[in-house]
Amino acid sequence: MSIVTVQLGQCGNQIGFEVFDALLSDSHSSQGLCCKRENEAYQASCKERFFSEEENGVPIARAVLVDMEPKVINQTLSKAAQSGRWKYGQHACFCQKQGSGNNWAYGYSVHGPRHEESIMDLIRKEVEKCDSFSGFFIIMSMAGGTGSGIGAFVTQNLQDQYSNSLKMNQIIWPYGTGEVIVQNYNSILTLSHLYRSSDALLVHENDAVHKICAKLMNIKQISFSDINQVLAHQLGSVFQPTYSAESSFHYRRNPLGIDWHVRPPLSGLPSLGKMSLNKDLHFNTSIANLVILRGKDVQSADVEGFKDPALYTSWLEPVNAFNVWKTQRAFSKYEKSAVLVSNSQFLVKPLDMIVGKAWNMFASKAYIHQYTKFGIEEEDFLDSFTSLEQVVASYCNL
Amino acid sequence: MTQSVVVQVGQCGNQIGCCFWDLALREHAAVNQKGIYDEAISSFFRNVDTRVVGDGGSISKGKICSLKARAVLIDMEEGVVNEILQGPLRDVFDTKQLITDISGSGNNWAVGHRVFGSLYQDQILEKLRKSAEHCDCLQCFFIIHSMGGGTGSGLGTFLLKMLEDEFPEVYRFVTSIYPSGEDDVITSPYNSILAMKELNEHADCVLPIDNQSLFDIISKIDLMVNSGKLGTTVKPKSLVTSSSGALKTRHKKPFDAMNNIVANLLLNLTSSARFEGSLNMDLNEISMNLVPFPQLHYLVSSLTPLYTLTDVNIPPRRLDQMFSDAFSKDHQLLRADPKHSLYLACALMVRGNVQISDVRRNIERLKPSLQFVSWNQEGWKTSLCSIPPVGHSHSLLALANNTCVKPTFMELKERFMRLYKKKAHLHHYLQVEGMEESCFTEAVSSLSALIQEYNQLDATKNMPVQDLPRLSIAIILSSENISPGSLQFL
Repeated sequence: MSIVTVQLGQCGNQIGFEVFDALLSDSHSSQGLCCKRENEAYQASCKERFFSEEENGVPIARAVLVDMEPKVINQTLSKAAQSGRWKYGQHACFCQKQGSGNNWAYGYSVHGPRHEESIMDLIRKEVEKCDSFSGFFIIMSMAGGTGSGIGAFVTQNLQDQYSNSLKMNQIIWPYGTGEVIVQNYNSILTLSHLYRSSDALLVHENDAVHKICAKLMNIKQISFSDINQVLAHQLGSVFQPTYSAESSFHYRRNPLGIDWHVRPPLSGLPSLGKMSLNKDLHFNTSIANLVILRGKDVQSADVEGFKDPALYTSWLEPVNAFNVWKTQRAFSKYEKSAVLVSNSQFLVKPLDMIVGKAWNMFASKAYIHQYTKFGIEEEDFLDSFTSLEQVVASYCNL
Repeated sequence: MTQSVVVQVGQCGNQIGCCFWDLALREHAAVNQKGIYDEAISSFFRNVDTRVVGDGGSISKGKICSLKARAVLIDMEEGVVNEILQGPLRDVFDTKQLITDISGSGNNWAVGHRVFGSLYQDQILEKLRKSAEHCDCLQCFFIIHSMGGGTGSGLGTFLLKMLEDEFPEVYRFVTSIYPSGEDDVITSPYNSILAMKELNEHADCVLPIDNQSLFDIISKIDLMVNSGKLGTTVKPKSLVTSSSGALKTRHKKPFDAMNNIVANLLLNLTSSARFEGSLNMDLNEISMNLVPFPQLHYLVSSLTPLYTLTDVNIPPRRLDQMFSDAFSKDHQLLRADPKHSLYLACALMVRGNVQISDVRRNIERLKPSLQFVSWNQEGWKTSLCSIPPVGHSHSLLALANNTCVKPTFMELKERFMRLYKKKAHLHHYLQVEGMEESCFTEAVSSLSALIQEYNQLDATKNMPVQDLPRLSIAIILSSENISPGSLQFL
């Protein structure tokens, strides 16, 4: 079951590279802590999912790289090629000369339609290479112009053309301050559009990952490279093969929406920490949780804490909302690792903040002329606000 | 990658332009070790096979043969342009890119704008079209000129309208040298105000700079360098005012040092578009992020460091000092007080080995002392370019859209009114065909309206920031309404 990755914009491409690198490194890791046969099955499954084979044996990432200006893609391609262990397909990129200028409207209304055919063509070719295609993984940021605008446009197209396949978007939530001034506008436009066409939105907040680098990893001068590597590590530990119920490796196809969840990281811890139950009732209510355990002693790990009904909304039984996948093969260099993917109220606060800031800016009409120039009118903004307020309300009422 | 064309108009514009090309060559020479014509160089230079006669000589890849600046040089006197053509940069310019006259504009905006404007309109258009044709993807015109004289001010702003009509999709970034109070051209207020109207209406983005600030920066550097402690010397090529290592060997003119500062500004402004980095910033992002309303497009710039000492070992404290300096008046290219005015937006363009955590730490540190407008409390735009400027390990260019430009404009308006009330020298302007008093009154109105915009923003300065009431959603609580599709956040 193969996944085709679409990397959009500077952020998407920079992260995409780290993800494939992490996946392949782990796949080749010698510290799998399992028998050879199992390791080989793991490697084969990982390979099939994310890479296709070439004549000389160098795996080629199942990816399409899209950016509206060439610098980042060029860098990404050469970094991959330099690693010697894998690379991107020669014709897997779509590139233009002039970027989207941090303008969602430009990405969505100008670049999207203009290059629709070429981009969808590249994607189609990649899908056709898969023996058994399972879905799309779209990596994009919300704050800029290309990842956000073209990302929304492409996801919509994928919904139209591949309605039966899973479309999962990895979204990078920008830092609260200091990336792009119009990031809140770009974010609300992206989210409201993705809501209609994506099956699942995996969220990573730059602020949260930054904190991991600072507090958990003690990195002094944190670069985007550090941040992307942490992200890739997390994604890797989610996406690498796991046992299904029938105890053979296969990638699980997910029913619409509920199964996949992500919350800021637990993976990478050397031992499975017991989730300390907060006795007072202030924790995020979940509608679904997935725990993935890898490595030593997985069978004996105690996950009862995750089944506490207090964690879940009143209209769900924990047994319907909680899943655990266990795999003996260890991930990366960690003897034991755990990942929690969660669909809960964790995002209410950040989302509410972004909507609030965007709303304040919108009320003053600042920067709106930059969007109306390319066909995104005030009504489009209002529609976005409306749908996101509904999301916030829905989650609050869990 | 995109290309930009520099249009240098008038004496000041051409002198600055010349410094710019000099430094640009130096920068690319330092970065491009193999002599291959790459996309970074192509942003400002064409690669030409000089053996080919006529137009067909452009080479798009491969080894560098002969670099030609993507520039159009315009001056209504021959002196400056001739000097450039006889100087060490003569091969960088194509003779077909020049437009000159001999009589000059006599420090009269009307002569520059109307007389020479109509006389040279077709020629200018032709040269501009030609330079656009040589570009694969033209993104931006950089216009360099002064506001106080006749050619730069009048003809320089005349072509803004032309560019807007002819190339509507291409950005117009204008670097304007504003006259100081002690300017020796008596009519500079007239010229400046008449030019301002054009900048208001036809420029995408203006970087106002005043001579006094440049002069102050040079004095400060001289003081630092000359009174240096024993053993502390300035690293070669690191003086932001110097052109050492470039083609021009000596400061022949007193303005060279000042012009180099402006040239460095332009290089740093475009660095993240030309070179790679972990957070790129293209030129179209400047206007997108820093211009919240079309008429408020004046950006105050400040550049640091101004020089680097040789015995340096950059600890984080020094890096943080760079950020502090960028917000100090000593490093601004315009005399203004942003800290006591209102920020509408601010961009930090960093070059060198600086990471996102360094930027964030400094934003957090500096934020409390700066006032941002209520609807843009977190209004920072960041870019990280890996390649530092020549002679430095890192640098920072801060661009601020701040109401602190208001006093500059108000002062200009006052100087204008002092002359206009007495109708001093007005006849020089009115005798030019097409010029009437209404041109003056309209220009002043345009400026007054702009000042009023800034006033309105300033009025909100010390008001508490209130969150506006949000849209309220009615929710009917039944399980049918909560469909899986609406709860997708993972």
